[in-house]
Amino acid sequence: MRLEPIANPTLARRIVLPAVALALTVIAASFLALLAGANPFATLGLILSGAVGSKFALLETLNRATPLIFTGLAAAVAFRARLWNIGAEAQLYAGAAVTVILGTGALGLPAALLLPILALAAMLAGAAILLGPVLLKTRLGVDEVVTTLLFNFIMLLFVSYLLEGPMKDPMGMGWPKSAALIPEARLPRIVTGLRLHWGFALALLAAVAVWVIQTRTTLGYEIRAVGLNAEAARFAGIPVNRVMVKTALLSGGLAALAGFSEVAGLKGNLTLDLSPGFGYAGIIVAMLALLNPLGVVLSALFVAGVFVGADSMSRAAAVPTYIADILTATALLTMVLALRLTHARVRWR
Amino acid sequence: MDLFDILLNASFWAAAVRIASPLIFATLGELICERAGVLNLGIEGIMVAGAFAGWMTVYLGFGLWTGVLIAMLVGMAFGFLHAVLTVPFGLSQHVVGLGVTLLATATAYFAYRLSLPEVTSPPKIEPFQPFEIPLLAKLPLIGPAFFAQTALTYLAFALVLAVWLLLYRTPLGLALRAAGENPAAVEAQGLSVTAIRMGAVIAGSGLMAVGGAFLTMSAFSSFFFEMVNGRGWICIALVVFGAWRPGKAALGALLFAAFDALQVRLQQTPMGAIVPYQLFLMVPYVLSILALVFMSRRAEVPAALMVPFNKGER
Repeated sequence: MRLEPIANPTLARRIVLPAVALALTVIAASFLALLAGANPFATLGLILSGAVGSKFALLETLNRATPLIFTGLAAAVAFRARLWNIGAEAQLYAGAAVTVILGTGALGLPAALLLPILALAAMLAGAAILLGPVLLKTRLGVDEVVTTLLFNFIMLLFVSYLLEGPMKDPMGMGWPKSAALIPEARLPRIVTGLRLHWGFALALLAAVAVWVIQTRTTLGYEIRAVGLNAEAARFAGIPVNRVMVKTALLSGGLAALAGFSEVAGLKGNLTLDLSPGFGYAGIIVAMLALLNPLGVVLSALFVAGVFVGADSMSRAAAVPTYIADILTATALLTMVLALRLTHARVRWR
Repeated sequence: MDLFDILLNASFWAAAVRIASPLIFATLGELICERAGVLNLGIEGIMVAGAFAGWMTVYLGFGLWTGVLIAMLVGMAFGFLHAVLTVPFGLSQHVVGLGVTLLATATAYFAYRLSLPEVTSPPKIEPFQPFEIPLLAKLPLIGPAFFAQTALTYLAFALVLAVWLLLYRTPLGLALRAAGENPAAVEAQGLSVTAIRMGAVIAGSGLMAVGGAFLTMSAFSSFFFEMVNGRGWICIALVVFGAWRPGKAALGALLFAAFDALQVRLQQTPMGAIVPYQLFLMVPYVLSILALVFMSRRAEVPAALMVPFNKGER
């Protein structure tokens, strides 16, 4: 078989194929539910109502979407330049660790000063974590996929050391967790009484900022040029390596904000299970959004909904919560295939 | 016990060979994929799926070798998915690979929770037992290290030779290597690049799954979450370290495993009382990164690695 590019796909093609991808995901969900001996329609209904069925569910989804928007943006920014940052998990923990180090009393400032400082410090930490792999890439040609992946494991062990050693909460009854943030270091709730913190607003702001950078600035143009064809970009006088490094700093910083927002907005301290794979899920979020920063918000809400919905469903029905991971992975694979087929026709001879 | 004692201890070398075995399976699998021009980031998840499938088969009462076979078939199924998406459809190998890793991992975890909903401590199976090879096992140091292992370990080392023979001494191996270097030339010979690459990814994924199965069927005797723990990513580094050659890659795996076995033993020494244990556990990952750094300049990357091939396109 052969693929023949389509220059201008019809609107029908643009709508039908992604819809088929989504339908396949739903069919996969039904099949898994059947496998678990549950009613597929009831299961899907439970997932849906668990994600958006009540005010509580909806707020939970928005909360879960917050770190995913950050890590999704981190992946979207990097992948646009073909910088394969798979290390958002490590950058997230770096951001979280710095937030806790500075936010547990080391800096006695009012909230209006302290919070921006913490966010900025977290971003710097995340950027620093990614700087190593990206310099290895630009200077020595070391593939960044594997180095960033391996950094995830190193960082998690480092945080584990911090939590059992220097950062251990003396009042923690022996549990490996950090001391609690001081009240000034906590992100307040957007509306009093509702469990949604300002981290979500910050995430939306970040999405808009990244969109502005990508579409309205020279750096955004350079990132796209490097991603489309690094050789051509170099030939056109774009400092490819410098653009790579800038992209990495931005991407690492965004991923670190996920850690900052989870600690300062939601948890209030640092434990080793702060992130159930937000860094990896961010890659799915970015790909589903076609690397579009505003699309990242929508796809983060979708992915968060699937996870929150599946959590609540598995409490009611005997379907393991891992169904959510299968569904998001299926959505990813079917969607990239659908998009490919939107722009290319299969010729069998 | 100091460093010298550790290095002269046969059990240390036996451990190194044991730790190297799953890495050798998976590294060979990845190497076959990459030699044909496809980066397979599904490796981590395929290892998880293989670990689960092999273990589950034996847990259900089938034989150990049936378990290995089922693990391989499950790996090949995920390899088929990866191959279809990346070869004929030419989708991003990064995205598909990570997608396959997530899918395979989640499927294994889902199936585990579904079949054993209530267990708190993972049930055990009777794993492969080591057996001594007559005479050779009596050699000092080398004997217990290499010749008193399980059948799967012997298989791993035999496969190094088999893969080398396949790649360098058969027409199929030549075609496979050419598909990763110059696919257009392969097509000009009347061979199908699509078929060769898909075959390589499917076969390679089967090997990765057997590597995973080694963990549950030879190293440990039960399946638990996070047990693969980045070994797949380490194998990708080992392929680079071995400069895409089976022998060198296997040697790299052994060297790596020796360091891994060493860090476990150093934790028991007076040094382990001072240095936090997390630092020891970082050693494998740091070593992998260092291996990449030192080898990347000299390595001969397959020229068409990660370049999709579409017939009739130039």
